[in-house]
Amino acid sequence: MTQRFPYEAGPPDDMERIKEESHHLRGKLIESFADPITASIPDEETKILKFHGTYLQDDRDIRNERKKQKLEPAYQFLIRVRLPGGVATPEQYLTMDKLSETYGNGTLKLTTRQTFQLHGILKWNLKKTLQEINHSLLDTIAACGDVNRNVMCNVNPDQSAVHAEVYEWANKVSDHLLPKTKAYHEIWLDEEKVVDSREEVEPLYGDFYLPRKFKIGIAVPPSNDIDVFSQDLGFIAILENEKLVGFNVTIGGGMGSTHGNTSTYPQVGKLIGFIPTEKIVDVAEKVLTIQRDYGNRSNRKNARFKYTVDRLGKEWVLNELNHRLGWNLEEARPYHFDRNGDHYGWVKGNGKWHLTLFIQNGRVVDTQDYKLKTGLREIAKVHTGDFRMTPNQNLIIGNVTQKMKPIINELVKKYGLTDGKHNSALRRNSMACVALPTCGLAMAESERYLPSLIDKLELILDEAGLREEEITIRMTGCPNGCARPALAEIGFMGKGPGKYNMYLGASFTGDRLNKLYRENIGEDEIIAALKPILFEYAKERQEHEHFGDYVIRAGYVKEVKSGLDFHDIPSKA
Amino acid sequence: MQLQETNSPFSKEQVELLNRLLPSLSSYQKIWLSGYLSANQHGFEEVAATTTLEQSGLENEVSVQTANQVKTRDITILFGTDTGNSKGLAEVFSQKLEDQNFNVNLSSMEDFKPKSIKNVQDLLIVTSTHGDGDPPDNALSFHEFLHGKRAPKLEGVRFSVLSLGDASYEFFCQAGKDFDKRLEELGGERLYPRVDCDLDYEEPAAEWFEGVLEKLKEDQAKSTLIEGIQGQEQSITDSSNYSKTNPFKAEVLENINLNGRGSNKETHHLELDLEGSNLTFEPGDSLGILPENDPAIVNAIIERLGWNPDESITLNKQGDILSIREALSTYFDITTLTKPLLEKAAELSDNEELKQLVESNNREDITAYADGRDLLDLIQDFGPWKASAADFIKILRKLPARLYSIASSLKANPDEVHLTIGKVSYHAHGRDRKGVCSGQIAEQVKTGDRLSVYVQKNDNFRLPENPNSPVIMIGAGTGVAPYRAFLQEREALGTAGESWLFFGDQHFVTDFLYQIEWQKWLKDGVLSRLDIAFSRDTAEKVYVQHRMLEKSKDLYQWLEKGAHVYVCGDEKHMAKDVHQALLTIIEKEGNKSPEEADDYLASMRKEKRYQRDVY
Repeated sequence: MTQRFPYEAGPPDDMERIKEESHHLRGKLIESFADPITASIPDEETKILKFHGTYLQDDRDIRNERKKQKLEPAYQFLIRVRLPGGVATPEQYLTMDKLSETYGNGTLKLTTRQTFQLHGILKWNLKKTLQEINHSLLDTIAACGDVNRNVMCNVNPDQSAVHAEVYEWANKVSDHLLPKTKAYHEIWLDEEKVVDSREEVEPLYGDFYLPRKFKIGIAVPPSNDIDVFSQDLGFIAILENEKLVGFNVTIGGGMGSTHGNTSTYPQVGKLIGFIPTEKIVDVAEKVLTIQRDYGNRSNRKNARFKYTVDRLGKEWVLNELNHRLGWNLEEARPYHFDRNGDHYGWVKGNGKWHLTLFIQNGRVVDTQDYKLKTGLREIAKVHTGDFRMTPNQNLIIGNVTQKMKPIINELVKKYGLTDGKHNSALRRNSMACVALPTCGLAMAESERYLPSLIDKLELILDEAGLREEEITIRMTGCPNGCARPALAEIGFMGKGPGKYNMYLGASFTGDRLNKLYRENIGEDEIIAALKPILFEYAKERQEHEHFGDYVIRAGYVKEVKSGLDFHDIPSKA
Repeated sequence: MQLQETNSPFSKEQVELLNRLLPSLSSYQKIWLSGYLSANQHGFEEVAATTTLEQSGLENEVSVQTANQVKTRDITILFGTDTGNSKGLAEVFSQKLEDQNFNVNLSSMEDFKPKSIKNVQDLLIVTSTHGDGDPPDNALSFHEFLHGKRAPKLEGVRFSVLSLGDASYEFFCQAGKDFDKRLEELGGERLYPRVDCDLDYEEPAAEWFEGVLEKLKEDQAKSTLIEGIQGQEQSITDSSNYSKTNPFKAEVLENINLNGRGSNKETHHLELDLEGSNLTFEPGDSLGILPENDPAIVNAIIERLGWNPDESITLNKQGDILSIREALSTYFDITTLTKPLLEKAAELSDNEELKQLVESNNREDITAYADGRDLLDLIQDFGPWKASAADFIKILRKLPARLYSIASSLKANPDEVHLTIGKVSYHAHGRDRKGVCSGQIAEQVKTGDRLSVYVQKNDNFRLPENPNSPVIMIGAGTGVAPYRAFLQEREALGTAGESWLFFGDQHFVTDFLYQIEWQKWLKDGVLSRLDIAFSRDTAEKVYVQHRMLEKSKDLYQWLEKGAHVYVCGDEKHMAKDVHQALLTIIEKEGNKSPEEADDYLASMRKEKRYQRDVY
């Protein structure tokens, strides 16, 4: 067999065949969706479907119950919107809100990559939902799959002039890296069929697309809200005299790992240089093609760009990049991050007002006591600016005019919408992925559990006088890392029902990974382990010393300088 | 009456012998002899040539008698049946008449050539009534013929009708009443008055038969001890000793609600252990369950009337005894108000309102009151009651058994029987109400409990004899039960015949009964095609008949290649609409007139290629 790529780690994973045989992501999706006997689609088709921005899931809470009832699992689809930089118009927000009520489970999930997710869409409603999303000038292309995912971008409401500029670049990168296949338009939007899909060309991706997903984010210091070091490819905006002059480039960050497999690990991106602003699209393309050509297509667990970079070395990658660009990156320029969390409340920037609301775990839902979803809907009906999903699952009512501010404020008051300031600083800096019941990867609860764990930790914080101390805490139901738990000062990754690995010692700014402190523990052990450390921290911390730094200085965990050290033997308490 | 050569089947010599003997016999001896001759009929046939019967001194006569059949009028017994009760009775009657040397022709109305009715001499009709007073499926064509212009004059024909029904329906025993009236109109002579039986039919049916037999024997000039109609159940339950009157206590192995969370429905899948019962059944048969009343209602009645629940009372003519609580729980129907019950109740109360209701004899008012009410309502609404517990209980009818289409095959699940039972529940007259049996299964019955069951054959719902014949199975809701049995059977037998299921219910996600089983059968090829209709998933309601019409071309092709069509489930809506859809398809795809389409279906019915089990 002839070599398809310059690097081949071994026999290709079956996914490579599926991609190739899909005729540019068509597969048998049309036939599968026409089958009325099951609410699912065949396994192979689900893999193709991801590229279209939607996953097949089922309600795992009732999976066993339904099996006993001789019913198939409660299959449903997740839809993830492609929303570069997380910006949506009020009309688009209203569309998503309506779709979540009409076809979804009545809630919206604001994701850790700044977009909307709908859950609970039935097979027969998927096409209609996708059409309505597209009708509102949004789409879901490449929101999942082995392609470039939703491009993240700092939301910096207080620097809105720069935000507008950086956001434009995020859009351009996103558009440029879109797959060119017409499969999406044919299948979901009933556009005319390409006569022979085999003659259709994917100029950038080719027939095999990427070895694995690829994530890009653009940070604007001092905020590292997008966790630039978690991205396969990160850009750090460099401002001189309040003007954007270019970007530092980081490569090879990533969160995912597999329990018990030390050849997998989270990694922070490596800084490789600086580029002028207008080169960003070209650089993004060339980095992506290096990964396309040199990524591991044999073992999907080692296929992310971070493993490629660690295998080849960042110098090699930089040389290859310079070579492909035909010019050399400059020396990286100085920058400073102060946090990776959000600032809440009203701020003014560029003559407009911006309100960051606290949305616990990004779940927009009405409860008996808190009509969050209704409140946001009422705001969207009158709002003249934009909505911005933050990378921390919060929501910004952006670009509010002086005139509109009191109107928005009145609605905020009416529905009791919160900027989270009455919560502990720990809760304001918390994130959780969806996990159970819909995520097929989850091993433990996350979104449904973290709030109640924080309730209990808050009692300790109050007692220790740490209520207003900002500490990042993140939880995921598995080690794939959607909520970027490896970059949290207190991180949890699900191991089994009610059991988590607990990690400590990441930096508050998101440039250092944490380290396993306790393995496979339940709530009582979590509380018992954290309580003394928090009390000690309250007493022993130095001025401005963050919790993540303190636990290293106090010797609870060893500092992790690279993902390659992530799996060192846990430190003893 | 003096025996003569002319009015008996005997020779001159025999007549002389008998006339000498008979006057000398005491009445006890006569009865003994009659029973002896009747009971040993088969034995005589086998050993007549060699046996001498010294005790009777009648050896010659006996052998002569068996050699020459009694020459009386021919008797034709026609039955119309859905659940097999009428058929079972007809078979027993036929046997007993043959035992007494009558010439009997037994047939289902469906298999009987209508025109030959004019050649019939004595006609006995046993029929049930369906739904709103309609004849059962296999009586439809005969009923129609008899009521049509082509019906012949029936002068010289004698008849009697036994009708089975359920007094809680407005058109109680209507089919039997129709036949009775029509046969008279056509000039027939009523041999014995019609008897209408409620659900607890065994006793009145036996009395009717006795009455008929008396009349028949007046010709035969014989008096014969009549046995009760015992043993009927044995004849319809094969080798098992368990029957409706002696049900098997089957252990509950599983009791699962098949409807997913959020459903409007509750459909229970019940698995029962038949080990040790010797009960056998075929796909298409039903299982009878003798249910128990809701303890809440039993307690409320006892409390309201101030009875002592432990007091013993006599249940029936046989003198069986139970405590009041037991009797109300297990023996009597306390959830159905029938007209006869209201009439009898009126005699036990001075309540004017009740008297007026009953005396008005206004069927509409009575039905309106009875609808959705039970004995507790009656007791609460029309007191004070002046009767003792024993007197009050006398007016109640026996708690009828409930029949459910069997949802499993013995070949696939030996020693087990599976049922699919939809819980009936509704709110009426200020109270939540539920079906006696389905409510019991849904709310009371746990794994390990025992239920009293018996097998009810249903020869009108059978897989084709030819295992290669295609089958089209149409069912909504619990109507899908027998098809699970069909496919289990065909899978176990490795049968090659094609199969096509149309299934409908409310919601795909929660109400796709046995979903993963059909999916697997479809994948394995045991089921060739599956079409589903979920009425409440879309703005416009879609039912099975719509799916049939969508596939009309293929469906007609299947009919043309000999497919058997089965319809199971709700009669009022589903079965009627499916019937209409079939006619439409036959008209459209076969280029036929409405009459031709009718004939097409009628002949399918005749060939047993169109079978229904509707309720």
